[in-house]
Amino acid sequence: MSTNQAIVTRDNWWARLTRSKYFVYVLISPLFLILLAYVIYPFYQTFIQSIVGEEGATLENYKRFFGLTSTANLEALWTSVYISVISVITCAIVGVTMAFLMERYEFPGRKILSVLILVPMALPPLVGVLSFTFLYGESGILPRAVQALFNLEQVPFSLKGVVGVIVVHTFTMYTYFYLTAAAAIKGLDPSLEEAATSLGSGRIRIWLKVILPMLTPSLVASSLLVFMISMASYTAPLMFGVERTMTMQIYLSRTNGNLDMAATQSTILSIVSISFLILMRWYQGRRNFQNQSKGIGVHRTELRTQFAKYMSMLLSFVGVIILMLPILVLVLISFSVDGEWTIQIIPTAYTLEHYIDLFTDERTWRPIWNSLQMSFVATAGNILFGVAAAYALVRMKFKGKVFLDILIMVPWALPGTVVAVNLIAAFSEPTVFSFNQVLIGTFWILPLAYFVRHLPLIFRSTSAALMQMDESVEEAARSLGANWWYTFRRVVVPMVFSGILAGTLLAMVQGIGEFVASILIYSTRTMPLSVAIFQKMYAFQFGTACAYGVLQIILIITVLFISQKITDGKAGSAI
Amino acid sequence: MKNVRLENVSKMFGTAIGVENVDIDVKPGEFFTFLGPSGCGKTTTLRMIAGFYYPTNGKIFFDNRDVTTLQPNKRNIGMVFQNYALFPHMTVFENIAFGLEVRKMSKAVIREKVERAQKLVHLEKYGARKINELSGGQQQRVALARALVIEPDILLLDEPLSNLDAKLREETRIEIKRLQVELGVTTIYVTHDQTEAMTMSDRIMVMKEGVVQQIGTPQEIYNQPSNHFVASFIGESNVLDGEVIEIIGDAVKVKLDDDFYLNGSMNQTANGKKLVVGEKIKCSIRPEAVFEGQGTNELKGTIQLVEFTGVSINYVVEVGSNIMKIMIINKGNQILNRGDSITLHVPENGIYLIGE
Repeated sequence: MSTNQAIVTRDNWWARLTRSKYFVYVLISPLFLILLAYVIYPFYQTFIQSIVGEEGATLENYKRFFGLTSTANLEALWTSVYISVISVITCAIVGVTMAFLMERYEFPGRKILSVLILVPMALPPLVGVLSFTFLYGESGILPRAVQALFNLEQVPFSLKGVVGVIVVHTFTMYTYFYLTAAAAIKGLDPSLEEAATSLGSGRIRIWLKVILPMLTPSLVASSLLVFMISMASYTAPLMFGVERTMTMQIYLSRTNGNLDMAATQSTILSIVSISFLILMRWYQGRRNFQNQSKGIGVHRTELRTQFAKYMSMLLSFVGVIILMLPILVLVLISFSVDGEWTIQIIPTAYTLEHYIDLFTDERTWRPIWNSLQMSFVATAGNILFGVAAAYALVRMKFKGKVFLDILIMVPWALPGTVVAVNLIAAFSEPTVFSFNQVLIGTFWILPLAYFVRHLPLIFRSTSAALMQMDESVEEAARSLGANWWYTFRRVVVPMVFSGILAGTLLAMVQGIGEFVASILIYSTRTMPLSVAIFQKMYAFQFGTACAYGVLQIILIITVLFISQKITDGKAGSAI
Repeated sequence: MKNVRLENVSKMFGTAIGVENVDIDVKPGEFFTFLGPSGCGKTTTLRMIAGFYYPTNGKIFFDNRDVTTLQPNKRNIGMVFQNYALFPHMTVFENIAFGLEVRKMSKAVIREKVERAQKLVHLEKYGARKINELSGGQQQRVALARALVIEPDILLLDEPLSNLDAKLREETRIEIKRLQVELGVTTIYVTHDQTEAMTMSDRIMVMKEGVVQQIGTPQEIYNQPSNHFVASFIGESNVLDGEVIEIIGDAVKVKLDDDFYLNGSMNQTANGKKLVVGEKIKCSIRPEAVFEGQGTNELKGTIQLVEFTGVSINYVVEVGSNIMKIMIINKGNQILNRGDSITLHVPENGIYLIGE
């Protein structure tokens, strides 16, 4: 009897708790706690560091930043903004033009171009910049080839400084414009144009009054995205020696031991990035030019004249070369013997050694193994957090949803440099959130950095999949007697599995290639792959560096291919 | 077979009222239908019975057991959803077996029961199919089998036919009714389609904007609608404004226009309401209750529109200041033209008086 009663009271207690409308807050509190510990708290610590001087709170650092006694910081801010604006313009021109050509015209070579046009996405930032310096840098293959061809005194041109940064940005980021513009053009109902023509509009008017307004939402969204990524760009300025950018200034302040200033610069850059994130979300919330009509798709115009055909063939060929060269040059150099390539146009001696060393030599294998391990740990964390957060945001009702959503997206908007500075500020001392351990200098700091930086990836791919899934399917399982956990395991997870997997793979490769945050916080015992590439590069071991790079590219292409297959080409939600 | 009782159940969504004071007692084995236009609260009420919503006020009982806030998985209900909500990553067999696996039955028992259920809905050969390899009607039957195989105490159907085409809808309607009668399971059915409600139900609850309008058998709902809304929502009806001018015994004389009067009966009033002289009322007359030719309650009118459906001839007739729809069964009668005048009469039992 008494046990029976005990069950009843326990049942009542538990039932009362779970049926309370506040129970949902108990469920989501771990999510907020993790964000508090690893996003807000580090950010807060950096901010504190920037305003606390020797005698209490002070705005001294900010005065110095904006002061005119030393203009380095203001120059850096200006350069960053200026590079970003130019990058947006060049990316827009290249991306939109490509999208129009590919979606509206049928020409010889279109098919191969349409596959290769996304190649820049497969280039990790560091590896991409690396191959650009090999190709077009001062001692790059192309300038030297031209020099040799025309017997010049000096190289006729070379990629360096701000121009170099912008060229690299254009090459790696035009895809954002291309993807959104191509999707928008594909979605453009041809009957709109036909309607405009039937009403007497000429071509130019149709362009200005119909097509451009329809593309505006996607162009604005891409512009914001490219601006944000350019502001955060670190690798390109580093390799092209542009010291006066925000990210480089933070790096330099750190390495010079000027921690307060690094914190100040980080805070200012964070504010810029987060404002852009919020601007972007606001804009995406109100863009609404969706075509309702289905019907015939856009028909591609075929080129008629022979001249146009040969011309387009030639241009396609050039396009293919430009797109493929960065990867080809990496492959080429990865077979070259280290130290043999000095003033020749292309390396002279070749070997398979580097690839064999990758997997057999303990010293070259080590960074790969480190990166695999650390990325694995971070991704495991990301899966748990991402799936839980996606489920909470898509399925549960609670106050503070928008806030949680923005908090999850913040690490994605923050430059990697800032994430690193924040983590240093937070975990150089024991804290509750690190279980009273100092994390800096241990194995755990890099997985933590990867976890924070790639927080939104699995979250976004999973929520996209969850939104596709009808809620009544879960209710059906519940009505058949399955409890929540059983439903989650047997119904929800299998149904959103492709989404989870796509995000997981992406987070995994991003972790393996992560450079920007790693370079600031790695310890020699756990040197990651990207830092190893960087060091080999500076030790003139180009072959090994490129072999590492090729390995990364293969990994990324494999992952992109798998994601494409499992999501039926609906991926891209995770960018 | 269980009885389902709702006691003054209300559901608020924030400050908006979902349903208000629903008070019903569904008998064991009964086929009970919630009928109403979209947004009337019928699905909300069903979801409270299923346990997906908890009522803001009131209680729900299954056979005297208070289940008001019991979790849906502990109610032993079978539910068929409007979009079927089948598990797309499982086969037909696995879908039907899901509820049995949750109940931890042995493999052999599951196989036997699932096969029996497949047979019940004529899907014997489809066990290994994936859901996306089935037609809409087949998916519908899988959903039904999945809900029935767990031998639920109560079967809940949420507009199960609305995604089927007209012909299949009729077939499936008969099929569902057959299964329900054979298995004798207490069934609650939600629909906005009055034909489904009329043909299948033992009793119907008509709802509008979260408020119950009338509960009764199909005949009661059709012949004695409690108000204007029910009269016009169920079937077609001519609802005419009038004024009571004379009551002698049970006979009620209603003035429609200066020269048009109707003689009704006090036995034919909504909710048995007692009328008084001078009261403004509405008279509900079904199109099929009006006959051509002379007789009681004679009316003269002009034809405005003629429709020939085959089964019947439909006229829209202007009678004084009113417009009436008339349906005359086609027995080879001569079809009149627009502009012709027509003489009509309405038997006393064809006039239903709705106070308002």
